[in-house]
Amino acid sequence: MKTINLTESTDWNFIEEVKKESGQDPSLCYQCGNCTAGCPYSNFYDYPVSQIMRLIQTGQKETILTSRAIWLCATCETCTTRCPCEIDVAHIMDVLRIMARRENKVSEKDIKTFYDSFLDSIKKFGRLYEVGTLISYNLRSGHLFTDSDLGPKVLAHNKIHFLPKKIKGSEKVAKIFERYQESLKKHG
Amino acid sequence: MANKRYAYYSGCSLEGTALEYDKSVRLIFDALGVDYIEPEDWSCCGSTPAHTIDHVFASALAARNLSIIEKMGLDTVAVPCPACLMAFKKAQYFMEKDETFKEKVNELLDEKYNCRVYAKSTLQVLYEDVGLDEITKRVTHVIPDMKVAPYYGCITNRPPKLAQFDDPENPISMDKILSAIGVEVCDFAFKVECCGAAFGVPKKDMVNRLSAKVISMAIDAGANCIAVACPLCQQNLDLRQEQINKTTGSNFNIPVLYFTQIVGLAYGYSPKELGLDKLIVSADNFVRSRITKEQYEQLKQEQEKGKEKDVKKQEIQEKENP
Repeated sequence: MKTINLTESTDWNFIEEVKKESGQDPSLCYQCGNCTAGCPYSNFYDYPVSQIMRLIQTGQKETILTSRAIWLCATCETCTTRCPCEIDVAHIMDVLRIMARRENKVSEKDIKTFYDSFLDSIKKFGRLYEVGTLISYNLRSGHLFTDSDLGPKVLAHNKIHFLPKKIKGSEKVAKIFERYQESLKKHG
Repeated sequence: MANKRYAYYSGCSLEGTALEYDKSVRLIFDALGVDYIEPEDWSCCGSTPAHTIDHVFASALAARNLSIIEKMGLDTVAVPCPACLMAFKKAQYFMEKDETFKEKVNELLDEKYNCRVYAKSTLQVLYEDVGLDEITKRVTHVIPDMKVAPYYGCITNRPPKLAQFDDPENPISMDKILSAIGVEVCDFAFKVECCGAAFGVPKKDMVNRLSAKVISMAIDAGANCIAVACPLCQQNLDLRQEQINKTTGSNFNIPVLYFTQIVGLAYGYSPKELGLDKLIVSADNFVRSRITKEQYEQLKQEQEKGKEKDVKKQEIQEKENP
């Protein structure tokens, strides 16, 4: 088991940042483990979600932001639904992902690449272009044959559009992306 | 139902891999007299990827659509996809709660959103606004062989604070709709367990393993098909079923239909109209076994007569050979 030296590694600012950005109070967590018991992803996490909560309480920024758990969370809302202290745990996980992105500490590169490919499609066309998103993911991630076994199935059942559907207001959607980028520059 | 007009936001999946969900929702809405209109030039809700970037940004992608609907003078949007539904509900929640947040979202938009649109799942519209009585009235056909596991997925009814519909742990709306159209509904323990959601592409193995649990539990419950209300659940359980078999060594071959397709079957629509040809694991056996209500009644009477005859035969036999 990994031992953490709390005197050396506690980041007090981090605790406050998580609190502020999520609007939640992680100190309310008394480690009952209900979230971990219900979480479908516990088997796949490096730190179960209740431990992530404990790591927040002790300000373990580096461990949390580089963890795989925050990226493998699917926001299925089981933890939030079952927390006896009514902490919106799934929202906290969301905030941690956002922080990890901001600090360039994403551990699960493939998941981030998939999300980025998805968002690029929306920026370009206004709606999701499924085929394009998959091709873009495969090229960027280097996993060239991801889901190639599904190709014949979707073709045989006529389930996909080969060409993107560009909406009339796609520039307006792209503007949301641009204005957001500008706001980042303005506010830091 | 009279006079209420809904905006109908189908979402991106329903234009692609979930086209049959869109087809069947529209047919059912038409059959039940739900008045709906598609918002013009709607865009993607932002889904899961957007809220890993920033919550203001994610809310803006969702709110662009809500703003279009607001301008149309409508106050309720019917949403078939739970990911879109949650994107709308979260945007609405944060914007109503926090004036600064609302301003920041509106700064990203061309047309301001004033928080006057309420998002409801298609399931909720059918269950609460149309009602079970109306849903039953329209039934023309019976599918005697069908035993269905109602699978709601993780975020159709959760978190309760946002969903404000049905029970978050043991929802019953879909159970009741399917019972109302005469289908046998199984007692299914994994109604809200997560199938693996949007990780199908980057984390196939993980999704396959989670989906396998859902299918296996449905089969254990005695189901011969699964009803879903989410395009991602359908994709993970149906399109990826062969992958699941390869990953987990299982041998599943169970049809996964949208609950609206099942309602459509009971309403007598053709498989083509309902997009049943788009399912990877075929549900044709249910189409073949489907009979009209009249045929079903006749069959039942004949069976009962048969039973009476059997009883009489038995009595005679008993008399002759005491």
